[in-house]
Order: sequence, then structure tokens, then C-alpha cells
Amino acid sequence: MPVRIQTKDFDAGAEIAALRRDNPKVGAVASFIGLCRDANDGTAVTKMTLEHYPGMTEKALEKIVSEAKRRWDVMEVLIVHRVGELKPADQIVLVVVTGAHRGEAFAACEFVMDYLKTRAPFWKKEETPQGARWVEARASDDEAAQRWEPPKSSAA
Amino acid sequence: MKVKVLYLASLREQLGKPGEDLEVSPATSTVAGLRTLLMARGGAWQTALAQGKALRVAVNQEMAQPTTAVKPGDEIAFFPPVTGG
Repeated sequence: MPVRIQTKDFDAGAEIAALRRDNPKVGAVASFIGLCRDANDGTAVTKMTLEHYPGMTEKALEKIVSEAKRRWDVMEVLIVHRVGELKPADQIVLVVVTGAHRGEAFAACEFVMDYLKTRAPFWKKEETPQGARWVEARASDDEAAQRWEPPKSSAA
Repeated sequence: MKVKVLYLASLREQLGKPGEDLEVSPATSTVAGLRTLLMARGGAWQTALAQGKALRVAVNQEMAQPTTAVKPGDEIAFFPPVTGG
């Protein structure tokens, strides 16, 4: 499965090994791991709860994987995203892209993360010393995703 | 017609429920129409769903626009901008 939502932690090394196993045509593996930080917007974060929209989440992520494979010459794309309660330093998300060459793998990996941040239905709620608060979406994430939009003229 | 409406994340907390099955008039034929109908309940509904609030809507688990059609049996989810990753 190229897309997994789970509460348990993941082992990036094991995931990468499994993804490229038995494929000597893989010349590059690009990966990204997102972590839970101990502070956000100047406030300490003691715990985080990640919620998602079961059903839509899987579809949205699979669509992002398909789009990445359509746009770049890559072989496999894996997304593992955790939900539930997380603590600072915990791993949240893993993206792995395999391909023949690094350029396409790097670009596809960055694209997947930028689209995931703006299109996959996940929400973070942080526990802070002042109480719980929902994380606000960032304009910089929208801007990062917009870099990958096709020119308007080619839009259907 | 019957539709299933979901409220997720902060919106669920503001509205005090995770969702509901609604019987709506066939005249409520778009996402914008449904939003207006819910806002008419007043109170938290009017505040949380007010125009200008950053809200996202999915119809049958696909991102939708205000003009997206709403049909019998559809699942319509309202939620804030996403913050995963």
C-alpha cells in the first residue's frame, strides 16, 4: 500500500528497505520525515492530537501519489501518516520516493509534502500550558503548494 | 432529500456535534445553499459558518466548491483548512 494512516510509530529505514527491495533499477531514494516540535508560535507544546477524516484521507493521499507519479519519472511513492496522540520529538509523517535519479525523486518528494500539507484532511490540536488550541493553517503552506500548480492557461 | 453532513476538527467543537442526517429541500442544491441553510439556525451555526470564515467543504470525500452540487444521499463535510504533515 502506497498510503498508510496509523497510530503507531514507523521505522523509516525498514520502510525504505521494503520499498526498494528487489529493484536494482532504483538509483535514488528521497525521503522526508516530519516531527512534532516542542514549541509553536512562541508557545510550548506538551502534546499534540492529530485528527483526520477517515475515507477521504486515504483517497486524498492516493490522489497525491498518483499525481506525483504522473508528473515525475519516479518508481514508488510511500506516505505514512500518524494520527492520535503525539509528543514532542515523535515522528508524524514519512514520505519516501524511489527513482532512477535524484532530481526527479527530490522534486516528487517535496511536491507530495506540499500537497499533503494543503489537501489532505488532517488537523492538529496542541496542548500548551495555556490550554488546548487547534493549529491554524499557514499561508506559507498554501504558497508552497501553489508553486506546483500548472500555468492557468493549461488549466482545463 | 436526505444528506449526511459532517463537522470536523474545530468546527465539530464549535457546533457541538460530529454530524447529522438532514432532510433538506431539493432547492438546497449546492454546497453554498446548504451552508446558508445551516447558518440560519443562528448562534454558533451563524458564527462558525459565516461567510469570510476559512472553511473547506468536501462532497463525497472530494474537495468541493460553493457551487458544487448536492444530491440525495451525498456526504457533505465541513472543516477548517487542513494542518497535517
